[in-house]
Amino acid sequence: MTDPSDEVVPRPSAANGDVEVVGVSKRFGGVPALSNVTLTIRRGEVHALVGENGAGKSTLGKIISGVYSPDGGEVRVGGESVTFRSPRDAMDRGIVTIAQELAIVPYLNVMENVFLGAEPKKLGFVRRRVMRQRYEELSDRVGFHLPATQMAGTLTTADQQKLEIMRALSRDASTIIMDEPSAALSMHEVYALHGVIRSLAASGTTVILISHFLSEVLDLAGTVSILRDGRLVRNAIAAEETESSLIESMLGRSLGQAFPDKRLSATDAPVILEVDDLVAPGVRGASLSVRAGEIVGIAGLVGSGRSEFAHALYGATRVTGGRISVGGVDVTHHRPHQSLREGIAMIPESRKDQGLLMGRPISENVSLARLGALSHFGIMSPGSERSRVADALEQVRVKMASVRTPVSSLSGGNQQKVLFARTALCEPRVLIADEPTRGVDVGSKRTIYDVLVEQAAAGLAIIVISSELEEVLGLAHRVVVMRDGHFVAELSGEEMTQHAVLEAAFGESATTAS
Amino acid sequence: MTEASGIALEPVDGSASHFTWRRFGGLWRTAGILIPFLIFFITLAIANGQFLTRQNLVVNILYLQTPVLIIAAAGTLVLIAGGLDLSVAATFVLAEDIAAQLALHTNPVVAIVVAIACGALVGLVNGMVVAYLRINALIATLAMAFVVSGIAEVATNNTFYSLFDKPSLGKFATTNFLGAQSAIWITLVVVVLLGMALWRTTFGRYVFAAGGNAEAARLAGVRVSRVRIATFVLSGAAAALAGVISLAQTLTTTPYSNESSLAFTVLAGIVVGGTSIMGGDGSVTRTVIGVLFIALIQNGFDLLQFNSFLIPLVTGVILIMAVSIDVWLRQRRR
Ligand SMILES: Nc1ncnc2c1ncn2[C@@H]1O[C@H](COP(=O)(O)OP(=O)(O)OP(=O)(O)O)[C@@H](O)[C@H]1O
Ligand SMILES: [Mg+2]
Repeated sequence: MTDPSDEVVPRPSAANGDVEVVGVSKRFGGVPALSNVTLTIRRGEVHALVGENGAGKSTLGKIISGVYSPDGGEVRVGGESVTFRSPRDAMDRGIVTIAQELAIVPYLNVMENVFLGAEPKKLGFVRRRVMRQRYEELSDRVGFHLPATQMAGTLTTADQQKLEIMRALSRDASTIIMDEPSAALSMHEVYALHGVIRSLAASGTTVILISHFLSEVLDLAGTVSILRDGRLVRNAIAAEETESSLIESMLGRSLGQAFPDKRLSATDAPVILEVDDLVAPGVRGASLSVRAGEIVGIAGLVGSGRSEFAHALYGATRVTGGRISVGGVDVTHHRPHQSLREGIAMIPESRKDQGLLMGRPISENVSLARLGALSHFGIMSPGSERSRVADALEQVRVKMASVRTPVSSLSGGNQQKVLFARTALCEPRVLIADEPTRGVDVGSKRTIYDVLVEQAAAGLAIIVISSELEEVLGLAHRVVVMRDGHFVAELSGEEMTQHAVLEAAFGESATTAS
Repeated sequence: MTEASGIALEPVDGSASHFTWRRFGGLWRTAGILIPFLIFFITLAIANGQFLTRQNLVVNILYLQTPVLIIAAAGTLVLIAGGLDLSVAATFVLAEDIAAQLALHTNPVVAIVVAIACGALVGLVNGMVVAYLRINALIATLAMAFVVSGIAEVATNNTFYSLFDKPSLGKFATTNFLGAQSAIWITLVVVVLLGMALWRTTFGRYVFAAGGNAEAARLAGVRVSRVRIATFVLSGAAAALAGVISLAQTLTTTPYSNESSLAFTVLAGIVVGGTSIMGGDGSVTRTVIGVLFIALIQNGFDLLQFNSFLIPLVTGVILIMAVSIDVWLRQRRR
């Protein structure tokens, strides 16, 4: 562990491309998001920022990249104080961000998105051939191969993320800020990304990495800065840290176990959810039954049909075959509002596209699925709404200024928790959680896990879909593995190992059933 | 429980200052249109002695704007839900014609009810075309404007009606009550009801949700198509009500060609009020201010006896200025 003071002293070497943050503060409407943060990011280093949801990581990244201007303090690049008025200014100084909430133009193709605003031009006309060539070169360098002419809006989240990384690299950035880049990626995509980050650093590009995956941080970063409540707790050399030492600084306490104890569900508990040979878009005959109190994990690669299964269950896509019943009631052809009435709730995979009304207040986002119970004859009862919403938010510990602020002003992880609060309000019998902890910090993950386990104990049937294998294994009583729209394996007890799940997911071994 | 939630909701350190800021922030949004409105209002009051008279404020401005206010209030809901209704002018004229014929042959109550029902029906068709055939609202309602004005023409044989022989329908708009005409009271009720619907009802929440993020709304159990259709029905009914009021005010019907710009006047009022053309944001109150703001411009020209040919030009310039201020204020907030 290092003494923070020798990290924060501005280095005399002015021209070497270090990015220095000196005494930076930022408030949003009187609430401090950053207070007097000072740190130095050395050229060519992977510098990680860690901290709880709302600690100010993204805000710091946005200040460095010119999205926000600091209320106090300054940013120096190569010893020279800079004032960025826009991300464009920062880009001109070689600083590029890959945002937590992705920013692509859905109706332009991949290549056009990559070169957006920096198209090779001659006399005002875009030189498509040159662009194409540069795109191919870039693809080879990065190792991502996205179809150049595919409409960006049709890409999966992971591919959109890759697109953003390619865009940053195409700008010859000297500093790339990555805000939770791996949150939406599948396992092997994460490996690819790690490779890219390493080679970037090796070639002298600075990477500022914001991540909740501490193992990733320890793996990649040279220096780690830990933020808590907008303050810098300390700077540390990654090699001298462990996950738990980081967690302690992040939370101000130690976490204990990552997962709550599994409470075994009674084997004679009634089956609540019964899915029989379900056929729907992306799902080709899947059967599953879940008892009250049981947490079933669904593992599988990205694109294996897990989210499609969830959507079909919830009635968000048309079921073309098979049968779904909840507590004996046939819900096969229900639509979402009917599913909610029968007690099925779903937390969708993408909070931005499928979950939240970004411009609306937090409270409205929480209550949206349960307005019937919070109103009389269609007229809202503000009192009961306020108290029910406050209870639900408190259950999942959302950090915010006021329930009336737009949900877009929350940090990413807190936005995720708002979705949890929404389902909590619905009092469902079946809860489908698709990537429930995407972008959530370690401490709050534990809170969400506790909520899930408590809800299971209260008799809910819970389905957890996650790309984080540890999460599925740590939470679920039973894991089913999906591949190509089928369940190819069901594992429980001792069989639930990473190895077994991966084998089934990739379909390389005799473990594959069905 | 209460104590803990208090902590979760309001950080102890800055809650007081934060809340004043929040209110301030909310005020700023309204201020975007209210400030230019007030500046204009005060300027006119100083520049011309007739401006602040009852005749001018209540009759020349409010009374004559009642049809536009009603249509714009309902149109605000359509826009927030992510739609757009360009067929209101045609519906307005259709309602006038229907009400006029029925008033001549039956009684005024039947005329009013049937005309409004026809407007709602037009809205229903609009909504279904937009929601189920998934045709862009701009195109669907533009086409509907042709269809409806065509129907009106055929049904009336291209003649205009006057009710001077049977003027009882006129009472619907002109009856004096507590110092204002019934048209103003009706408008007040409609505007307040729509404003309350948006602000205080589940329907209002669904309207915001449908326009803010349709997919998220759907997955949260909102029946987005129904909500959108409902807003179109309200818009159609409002346009018809406006037509009936206009008929009652003048006792004559107007040709569609004279009213075809009504849809744009309405839209201008809504947008000047800061309702997002992209959906998901807006308010009826601000629409009312927006509509009255545009009315003030015209009123100013009349009072100051400027060349009325300049009205469209000046209206356009002021529109752009008002909207720029709104955009600027919105960006400032970050
Ligand atoms: N535009 C904004 N308006 C108001 N408050 C904001 C805004 N952006 C951020 N905040 C607040 O500033 C604080 C820091 O947010 P920030 O997004 O930097 O957190 P973070 O560390 O990136 O969290 P996460 O891990 O959840 O992404 C939060 O309390 C957040 O609510
Ligand atoms: Mg963040």
